[in-house]
Amino acid sequence: MGIISAIGNNVAENYASLIAGKKGISRISQIDTVHKDDIMVGEIADTNAVLEKQLGFAENEVSRTVLIGCIAANEAILNAGITDINDARTGMISGTTVGGMDKSEQYFYDYFDRPEVRQHITGLHAGDSTKKIAAHLGLEESFVTTISTACSSAANAIMLGARMIKSGQLDRAIVGGTDCLSKFTINGFKTLLILSDTYSSPFDEERKGLNLGEAAAYLVLESDALVQKEAKKVLGYVTGYGNANDAYHQTASSEHGDGAVLAMGKALKTAGLQPSDIDYVNAHGTATPNNDLSEGRALIRLFGKNVPEFSSTKASTGHTLAAAGGVEAVYSVLALQNDTIFPNLNYKTPMTEFDLEPITEVTKKPLRHVLSNSFGFGGNCSTLIFSKDKSLA
Amino acid sequence: MPVYINSIGSVSAQRTFDNSIFLEEIVRYTDTVLEIITPNYKDYIPPAAARRMAKGIKMSTVSAKTAMTEAGMEEDEIDAIIVGTGLGCIGDSEKFVSDILDNDEQFLTPTRFIQSSHNTVAGQIALGMGCMGHNFTYVHSAISFESAVLDAKMLLENGEAKHILVGGVDELVDHHVNTHRLIGHIKQEPVETMSVLKSGTKGAIFSEGAHFFTLSSEKRPSCYAELLAVKTLNTLGENQVSGKTRSFLSENGIEPDAVDVIILGYNGDAEFDGYYDTLANALFKDAVQVYFKHLSGEFDTASGFGFWLGNKILKEQTIPDAVRMNSVATNSPKTVLIYNQYRGENHSLTLLRKC
Repeated sequence: MGIISAIGNNVAENYASLIAGKKGISRISQIDTVHKDDIMVGEIADTNAVLEKQLGFAENEVSRTVLIGCIAANEAILNAGITDINDARTGMISGTTVGGMDKSEQYFYDYFDRPEVRQHITGLHAGDSTKKIAAHLGLEESFVTTISTACSSAANAIMLGARMIKSGQLDRAIVGGTDCLSKFTINGFKTLLILSDTYSSPFDEERKGLNLGEAAAYLVLESDALVQKEAKKVLGYVTGYGNANDAYHQTASSEHGDGAVLAMGKALKTAGLQPSDIDYVNAHGTATPNNDLSEGRALIRLFGKNVPEFSSTKASTGHTLAAAGGVEAVYSVLALQNDTIFPNLNYKTPMTEFDLEPITEVTKKPLRHVLSNSFGFGGNCSTLIFSKDKSLA
Repeated sequence: MPVYINSIGSVSAQRTFDNSIFLEEIVRYTDTVLEIITPNYKDYIPPAAARRMAKGIKMSTVSAKTAMTEAGMEEDEIDAIIVGTGLGCIGDSEKFVSDILDNDEQFLTPTRFIQSSHNTVAGQIALGMGCMGHNFTYVHSAISFESAVLDAKMLLENGEAKHILVGGVDELVDHHVNTHRLIGHIKQEPVETMSVLKSGTKGAIFSEGAHFFTLSSEKRPSCYAELLAVKTLNTLGENQVSGKTRSFLSENGIEPDAVDVIILGYNGDAEFDGYYDTLANALFKDAVQVYFKHLSGEFDTASGFGFWLGNKILKEQTIPDAVRMNSVATNSPKTVLIYNQYRGENHSLTLLRKC
């Protein structure tokens, strides 16, 4: 697996930051927006120039979504010990919402007078970012597609990869997502009045909204046959997945988390697990008043009085939109590998609606199964379950 | 488990929204961009709701309702909604961007942003139908629609769903057209509909449309065809098309000469139509050859029109003159293969059989 986020440029740095309780949240520095003093974001430290140089792209050749996507995908490939990506039926499924919007908004009017920026015209296609990442990886004559279901995009990409391997259509799937910050999303969420002006505090009574973030994260899923053939070390297993629609509102979650309950239930069923088998929940936990209430209620509906230990890592990374499901998949696997629950930062006051309290300190605990939620606009609710050992499921 | 296409719905640059006719009269254009023939939205959507809707949502609603009605499908029977779209409701995205730039990030309203979310069509349809099942949106250029079909096929084959609404939709909007003219993706000179293949010029004629289908593991009386297979490839050399097509057919136990009708995504772009020639001039030179983008125009989900056409041919057992490329006779087409690509990328092969 591979990742780049506001709390680190690779898996090791992300893990170190999570353990240290480090926040990647700051004022925005790389986008010139009039809202820069009103919002806090989870920005990746490296500039495009640094990333372009590292990856061998020409100056201003591609969107930042592509740059960070390539960084994370490269790490995932390296980490999986893949030397020839085309040596098995490899597919790539990436989630993104903004795609090349960072460049589209920058050159929207300039395209007409400035031929030197016209390489970004086709970048407006969300799928263009996936295409370029796949090309960077040297993936040819393969199944390559893009999912855009708002903030559950990467979770759904992971789900599709698992399903395609299960159905025998692929031996290997590179799955996850990438989204950079843009004026488009900053202003979009601003109009919805769900951006916090300070550090976001998921599941806190005083929560004021989310911090937007940017990130890319990919995992390499492989079939049993391929793992056996290459005698590979497995980091974890995708044992459960489920997608459901809240069918309640275009942007808000239903009051009692109907879609979330359905998605979690489907994931448990796919995995053949009982609610009591789940040892840790990496919550969607965006810190908007609506999400955390709806998700908390959904957890209570599914788990009853025995809601597992849970936390949202979005106070560390910001809400990385389409990439969030990928970022949190990496964190779920890290949790399993290290038997560690990562803290939900900035939490102080319990919510009045229920007596759920997230884990706020780094907590050691034997973990067998981790459940990760990702919910998005359009009522899109997705749940993934990661397991340490397949035979446990 | 077999997968049946039980019904179809289309809104395109032709009068395809009426399923009772089949391209008997075509609308001829001499242009470089084609808009859809607007259906009477009032027949499908309450006017108050329609006013707030993006064009992509309106087209999709008409197309989806047509398909639902034809299959006699109740809303609560639909287990999943899967949509492919290259750009989603791009009209709203462009407006939101220009509002940001023109007003220095002030005085913005959320509607355009919300409708910009690529999954807004799938989400709106789910909301309208109260469908709480699997809801995916694929956004990968020319294989957006095929990705949706592939997902649906997997769900049906695994028994995870019985009835699925699958569609493809894209809008034609000004800024997108103007910028794509700059880079030569749109033809500079207008071309008459029936002369598109002979244009000899670079670029395509851009358009828009919405194509929705009900796919089920259960055959209904309205059934059009059985979906045998769909495969997509991100890259493919022109000289590899024939080989890949052969192996695709052989994986599905079909000999090339068993393909009665080959539907090719020719769009009249002199630079990239050669990909289709490799199949038309060799492997399928004796099959009935059909093309459609002269009628539908080119857009990311134009292959939805090709899929619509394949289904219609198999059910009606006729091939309209307007889509024929050769005069090979066929009495009873049983097997249809669709091959599509755009600018040499994102290739798809889709195999249909008479049901």
